[in-house]
Formats: sequence, structure tokens, C-alpha cells
Amino acid sequence: MNPTRIYAVFVRQLYLLRNNPTRLAGNFVWLTIAIVQWGFISKYLGTLGQANFNFITVILGALILWEFLTRIQQGLMMGFLEDIWSNNLINFFASPLKISEYTIGLVSSSIVTGLLGFLIMSAIAGLGFGYDIFIIGLSIVPFVGILFLFGMAMGMFVCGMIFRLGPTAEWLGWPIPMVLSLISGVYYPIDTLPAPLMLVAKLFPPAYVFESLRAQLELVATFEGVMINLAMGLGLALFYLFLAYRFFLIVYRHNLRTGKLARFNASI
Amino acid sequence: MTILDIKNLSKNYQEIEAVQGVSFTVEAGEIVGLLGPNGAGKTTIISMILGILEPSGGSIEIMGRTMAADAEEICRNINFSAVYTHVPSNLSVLQNLKIFGMLYDIPDLSGKIEALLAEFDLVQFRNTKAGFLSSGEMARLNLAKSLINEPKLLLLDEPTASLDPAIAGDVREKIRSYTQQTGAAVVWTSHNMKEIENMCTRVLFLSRGRILLAGDPRTLPRKNGKNDLEELFIAVAREPLSINN
Repeated sequence: MNPTRIYAVFVRQLYLLRNNPTRLAGNFVWLTIAIVQWGFISKYLGTLGQANFNFITVILGALILWEFLTRIQQGLMMGFLEDIWSNNLINFFASPLKISEYTIGLVSSSIVTGLLGFLIMSAIAGLGFGYDIFIIGLSIVPFVGILFLFGMAMGMFVCGMIFRLGPTAEWLGWPIPMVLSLISGVYYPIDTLPAPLMLVAKLFPPAYVFESLRAQLELVATFEGVMINLAMGLGLALFYLFLAYRFFLIVYRHNLRTGKLARFNASI
Repeated sequence: MTILDIKNLSKNYQEIEAVQGVSFTVEAGEIVGLLGPNGAGKTTIISMILGILEPSGGSIEIMGRTMAADAEEICRNINFSAVYTHVPSNLSVLQNLKIFGMLYDIPDLSGKIEALLAEFDLVQFRNTKAGFLSSGEMARLNLAKSLINEPKLLLLDEPTASLDPAIAGDVREKIRSYTQQTGAAVVWTSHNMKEIENMCTRVLFLSRGRILLAGDPRTLPRKNGKNDLEELFIAVAREPLSINN
């Protein structure tokens, strides 16, 4: 593993942002709109009924964490697509760069955009709606870590799909976070779901993250319960990351064998 | 010293035999031309040498090493420029050279980049995005990128295609002087027969994935009853079997 080569992949993505800052702005405009919209909706919901907890804390917290995961996945996907669109894959793969170094470089750049988004959303939610991302203390950190690992796994899986099916498969990458959010208990407890979907939800790490966070906010969490969820979420996230990386490698080797890598470009 | 040693190389795509039992060597300081009509297997062979296409059979040794055992060491010592691949157009000339310099782990990268910018007359374009360069400037940038690691084996797939004669001449001169100074081996594909005659010490004529003829580009046409390389090329492209017999 060569850190200079990883840095080359990382800095290639940063140069793109520096050369054209509108790429960054485009991302953050949508995040800002989402926070403001859900901030007002949560505020309104808070005025209804006899809720015993703050809607803003629950909904904005879920939104910020889910958007963080989404940025990691999309950052990886967009980095890979950039290399396809600019016909750069051959340049990279004919150099000493290894697949593992390439993927770590892409992940590193998506961490930067993911964290920037996270900070901006937290700041807007804090200033505009009095939201505190650290309301449950530093125990949020390992949960963010699990979402980060799962975001990487999703990004790697989507890159593998694009590599296998061609750049038009990009469309697969956009709705995946939204579809997963429906069944992962992001905005509502998983026991809201029909029984079969509850079982499906338990297959994905975000369910353990958001169930734990909600339990802590409602002050009904037990230490054992949180630790079990943390272990389950982490185990599953690592498992999916391993699977997604293997999948990407298998597709790479398939493309190496079939000649698709040598001719891979934006038009296929 | 043998830089490239290819033995019985083949590549099949299901029923199609794109390359069949190709064997040749390239010595240090030699410029070898790979010729043949479209679809003859030139780019397939170059892709296999670069390690971006897995051969179906045979072996490729670069400086006595194989891609399977020493991919990193081989990739450090080879580079390429091809008409179908450019450096990213949304990065500046300087940014591109920095990135590729880091990928090849070049010591004193800033010094190397400045030398390349000067040598390829790109100094005034250092902060220009590659996408804004003319074809000639882009060709020079691609060539600068391909020489950034001072490769011992340089693969050039139609490096002068779409360039005007003056720029194409400059590119040829740069390659010639690089080979003379460093003793690097070059594999060159082109459809410009004058260029091949001028540049290559040896040519290999490919047809339907096989080497049909090999030899000195200045004497090979006469030996096969043709007036020049272009006539020989046309004969190979149209009637490969009659040439073979």
C-alpha cells in the first residue's frame, strides 16, 4: 500500500472541487433545503398532540446522519464516474496504482465531502432550529462510524454495478439510499413496518444505529441494549464492506478478462 | 538487452481469436512498429502488455518479469500514450502531471514537472485545463505524461493521429531523442507508413491476430514484391493469405 498513490487519487478529486466549486455548492444547496424544510415540518409537528419528546431532535438528527451516509456513498460513486467520464481509468489501471489504493483514495475524498456536509447541516440545524448533534454525548461517534462503513459498502457496491453494467447504471446509485431509508428505521421505529419488512430491516446496519439513537433520546436505552446494537451494526457494516469490495474485485477481474476494462469509457 | 519478450501470446473473445500465437522481442533502444489493418490485434497486444487485458495464453516478460508476479515493478517501468485515452480534461496541465507523477512515485516531482513543461513547450499552459488545449498541445501533454517515469518500455498507440505534420514531426523527434538518450524500447502503432519507415528499426505486420511479416521497414517491401511500405500494407490488409503464401 503506497500512501503517495492514495494521495494522488484523493487530490485528483480535490482538484476537481477546487477547479469548479459549483460542484460543492450544488451538493450543499440540497442539504440546506432539506434541513430547512424538515426543520419547519418538525417544528410544526412539535406543536401538535402531546408528544413527550422533541421532533426536531429526532427528525433532524436522523436526516443529518442519513445524509452523511448518503454523501459517503455518492462521493465514492461520483469519484469513480469522474474517472469514467474523463476516460481516465486506463491511465490509472495501467499505472502502479492498486485497486485497494484506488478505492481508499476515493473513500478519503468522500470523507471530506461527507464531513463537510455533516458540519454544514449540523450548523444550520443548530443555528436555525436549536438542534444539538451531540445531545446524546460522544456516544454518537461509534454510530456515525457504522454509518460511514456502511456508506462505503454501498458506494463500493454501486461502483461495482457501474463497472459491470456500464456508466448508464449510474441511475442505480441515486435511489438506493432513499429505498434503504424506508426499511432501515431511519425516520421511524422498525416496529412501524409490517412483520416481513421488520426482518429485512434487521439485515441492515442503519436499523441498529437509529433504533439505539432513538432509545437514547427517549431515555429508555439500556447499556446492554446499546452495546448489542453497536456490535450488530458494526459486524453487519464490516460484512457488507467486505462483500462490496469482493464484488468490485470480481467485476474488475471479469473486465480484465473480457476486455471491458481496456475499452471502458463513458459511451459504453 | 531484451526489454520485452512475448511468447505465443493469444487472446480469445469467446469464438473470436483476436490474437493468435504472437511472439516477438523488443531490445533496448529499439523502436518496433506494430502494423496492420483495423482489427488486426495491435491495440489488443498493447493492452495485454499494459496489463489492462488478460491474455488467454502465452507469456509476456518485461525486463525478465511477468505481470502476474511483479505487476507493480513492471508498471513503474512502462508507460503509454494512446489516441483513445487522454489525461482528465477538467484538470490543469500542472495538476495532471502532479497526479501522474505521484502515481509513479517520482522523486523530486516538482523538478521533473518543470523539466517536462519546458521540454514539451507547455510552460505557458501550466494552469490551463487540459480540455482547453489544442490537439497538438494535448498530444504533447499526453507524451509528457507518458515520459514522466522515464519508462524503459514505452507503448505508443497512434501517437500522432490527428496531429498536423509539423506537430507530428516534433512528437517523433521527442521520441527518437528520448530513445537515444535513455536506451528505452518503444512499441509504436501507426497507419502512417512514412512515419513508420522513418522511426522504426523493425516492423511486425499483423493480420487477423497473427504476425504475417517481420523485418526492416526499408527492405521488407522489396522482399515481398512491393514498391513501398504503404503498398505492402494495402496488400496485407486486402489479401493477407496471398502475402503469406
